[in-house]
Amino acid sequence: MSGPFRDEELLAAHVADLIGDVRHVAVGNASPIPATAALLARARGKGRPYVSLLGSRRHTFFTDGGVELFDCAGQGRIDVFFLSGGQIDGEANINLVSIGDHDKPTARFPGSFGSGYLYYVVPKVILFRTEHSRRTLVPKVDFISAPGASDPNVYRTGGPICLITNRCLFDFDRASRRFRLASLHPGHSLDEVIEHTGFDFDQPDAVPITKAPDAATLRLLREVVAPEVAEVYPQFAAHVFGFTRAA
Amino acid sequence: MIIRSLETALEAIHDGAVLAVPREQSGVAMAATRALIRRGVGRLHLVALPTSTLQADLLIGAGAVATLETSAVSLGELGPAPSFTAAIKAGTIVMKDATCPAIYAALQAAEKGIPFMPLRGLIGSDLLAHRPEWRVIDNPFGTNDPVVLLPAIKPDVALFHAPMADAQGNVWIGRQRDLSTLAHAAERTIVTVERLHDGNLLDDPVLAAGTLPGFYIEAVALAPRGAWPLPLPDHYPADTAHLAEYAKMAATAAGFDKYLMNHVYEQRAA
Repeated sequence: MSGPFRDEELLAAHVADLIGDVRHVAVGNASPIPATAALLARARGKGRPYVSLLGSRRHTFFTDGGVELFDCAGQGRIDVFFLSGGQIDGEANINLVSIGDHDKPTARFPGSFGSGYLYYVVPKVILFRTEHSRRTLVPKVDFISAPGASDPNVYRTGGPICLITNRCLFDFDRASRRFRLASLHPGHSLDEVIEHTGFDFDQPDAVPITKAPDAATLRLLREVVAPEVAEVYPQFAAHVFGFTRAA
Repeated sequence: MIIRSLETALEAIHDGAVLAVPREQSGVAMAATRALIRRGVGRLHLVALPTSTLQADLLIGAGAVATLETSAVSLGELGPAPSFTAAIKAGTIVMKDATCPAIYAALQAAEKGIPFMPLRGLIGSDLLAHRPEWRVIDNPFGTNDPVVLLPAIKPDVALFHAPMADAQGNVWIGRQRDLSTLAHAAERTIVTVERLHDGNLLDDPVLAAGTLPGFYIEAVALAPRGAWPLPLPDHYPADTAHLAEYAKMAATAAGFDKYLMNHVYEQRAA
């Protein structure tokens, strides 16, 4: 990676652009870069969108328990959510459960969290995986925590719009159930992406480079967002921004 | 008498019980969990609403869990939950993988005294494929609209930690509404608290709004810093140094045993 910014800052800035102009962004567990992106979007939008960070006291408005998030989502009151997977395949199926035989797995992940519901009902789900390898981006997942697409009769008001990795951004086309390479991050090549991706994907004739964050974005990230992120992800904030909260 | 010693309060949690516990951010009864392990509780059907961290991992590592029903177990920023991961790979516990709103919905069905609750999502997932007890029906009010039905989860006991209770067994939970769901759904509810409130929590309209009535409560035990090393939201943060030590020690069976000796069997002050 070249340039006076870290990979995490590039990804967070780009995800903030992907969030767009919406009313409510929610971020689940173990998602420091999406949390950073959502808070950056809010800092840019002077308070819009509402941001709900699970596990945060300050950056969530819910007062009715964990169920309120899912009730909101069921009604279409959450516009953007983030999901990842131990494995993600070419049809955007995600696996948060295990590798190998389900009853005798060779690897076990924490579990599916809210994915088996939120993937269906949040209009813009941004898939996020910072390890872009054939180990993580596979032809077919071993366990479907949530499917990337559903049959036409299945109630589905949401789903994946893209997959962002440490190497590139893919858009997801729900009709063809395929990813399409949208941009390469600075310093990464098409050959490298092909080499490290386990599934087939579409690509344009000329692949653009992911836009680098500008000075104003970097300043917002480091001065406004970093202390906010530190409440929920202290280790991440210390590692990426060198931010340590006063005791 | 609702206010009891910790050991007496936990008597209702028998071997083989369906035990429901909250996520880390709601108030986890860790002092009580250590007391249960000391007592040698076994064969639990543990339901974590909707996820768990150290509590499930410790109970699994101690051999207290037969079945686990939840949406995820990890140590958060500290990485995978070692005992949980090892138990799944070795096949020593039955894992009923869910998605968060499914656990909420199944407990809400128990709250209402109804046999099941419908939930969107799930169709086409392997979560559904591995749950023969989850049924798909056609929405009777629509056409060609499949929807999943989840049977109610009726816990024998709910166990959690809260900031305070009064002598009538009223428990102040504030905005931690998951605790209300647990208490309403469970047959019995056992609560540990930081302190006892002088007076009746229901007398003050501001406190009453965040109070779980003693009507639902079987027993309350005083356990200052009873969530340690996990946080009690709005009261104290997680002891991350201790949790990091746990993550390191629990990576091996010998290390886990040493952790139990040092921090569970030795009744070390928090």
